Amino acid sequence: MDKLFKINPLDNVYVVRQTVEEGETMVIDGRVFTSKKTLGLGHKVAACAIPFGKQVIKFGIPIGSATEDIRFGDHVHLHNLKSDYIPTYTLDHEFIKP
Amino acid sequence: MNLSNPKTGTGFLRKDGRKGIRNIVLVAYLVECAHHVARKVTSRFEDEPVHLIGFSGCYPNGYADKMMNALCTHPNVGAVLLVSLGCESFNRNRLYEQIAASGRPVRLIGIQTAGGTGNSVQEGISFVTSALETIRKVPRVPFSVDELIVGIVSGGSDATSGITANPAAGLAFDMLNEAGSTTIFENTGEMIGLENLLGNRARHPALAEELQKAVAKAARYHAVMGHGSFAPGNAEGGLTTLEEKSMGAYCKSGTAPITGLIKPGDPTTVPGLYLMDIVPDGEPRFGFPNPNDISEMNELIASGAHCVLFTTGRGSVAGSAVSPVIKICANPETFARMEGDMDINAGKILTNEASTEEVAQEIFDKVMFVAQGGKSCSEQLGH
Repeated sequence: MDKLFKINPLDNVYVVRQTVEEGETMVIDGRVFTSKKTLGLGHKVAACAIPFGKQVIKFGIPIGSATEDIRFGDHVHLHNLKSDYIPTYTLDHEFIKP
Repeated sequence: MNLSNPKTGTGFLRKDGRKGIRNIVLVAYLVECAHHVARKVTSRFEDEPVHLIGFSGCYPNGYADKMMNALCTHPNVGAVLLVSLGCESFNRNRLYEQIAASGRPVRLIGIQTAGGTGNSVQEGISFVTSALETIRKVPRVPFSVDELIVGIVSGGSDATSGITANPAAGLAFDMLNEAGSTTIFENTGEMIGLENLLGNRARHPALAEELQKAVAKAARYHAVMGHGSFAPGNAEGGLTTLEEKSMGAYCKSGTAPITGLIKPGDPTTVPGLYLMDIVPDGEPRFGFPNPNDISEMNELIASGAHCVLFTTGRGSVAGSAVSPVIKICANPETFARMEGDMDINAGKILTNEASTEEVAQEIFDKVMFVAQGGKSCSEQLGH
């Protein structure tokens, strides 16, 4: 079973459906993918190069824009993808600036 | 039951012309003080289709009026026992008259007038006993798939909800629409970022504008209340942006054109797909619109849903008194733990045991099964 899959054929990211360990190698759509880190269920992996500023497509719709050049196989998450609407709140958010 | 021909079934014809897929007696308390008596009556009918609902507040409330009226005259309901304390704010006489006008057997018990708990419970039991007898004679008529109304909610979501259960439920919703059923989805707060997608699905331009306004109202509500829909735990589960989370929830509505925008308790008019606008109009005030999964379902049922699809990742045990709930479990690990509560294992998509299309077909078939009288898991468990 492929541990990565696309929800919609239009997507430029795969979704992890079973934990991928760091260093694990697999062939996906004929390309070799080696994971640089452990990726849990639900995380996203670039299915192709996504240049800075281009939209990331999941479910067949844009879910935000790349904040850096993303390469095939990169983990796509808070460090390289931002909302086109509302900034994402995480526990690192500082309400009071020191 | 004829699963090979899902287009036909049997419905219960009400005197107001609507058709139900269940034939139940509803016991409804009109203030928390009457809850005990209502529960005592209901508990005497463990193995009979007798269900308990109620409104616990003691303040004038237009929303409660509308919801109670809609639920008590729902097509799945055959007869109603109203249990009042006697001094509460709820307008019991108006509700009684509305139910009577719908042609259903109805009895109003005022606990203070009846002489307290013992007498009220006795009177309630004797009414329910005779009502069960009466509704057995409700005419059974052909019920076709284009008369069916199905709602959908999600609750206890996790990272799997948006990749298994919701997309499969969306396909099932498309199949139901194709078959001519009416379908309702809700939670405009989970559509922030999807205004244009929603607008593009409207059947006419005026509706597109209404849909976008409803989402803008939800966005404003969340901004004023300071609680958005995206929690840090969502990011741990692999979600990065609000529109991504929204889409995970929204995809359960499928791809059919949107026929109308309704408010909780409003009836649908023609078959098609409807969005329910759950955020009250006017200035945002404290209090979550539909504060929990059960009230989300009740709003869909109040708008006529004969049954409700419920997608969950973490594992909900929701059930409803008026309409059957079909639970679709997104996460294979949750399914393994809570199989008895789950009608559909959409987690099979993650373990490569089924495609999204196959799970959608299973959901569609389960809806037909339940519409033809088959019991869903929560019904078997007495929820």
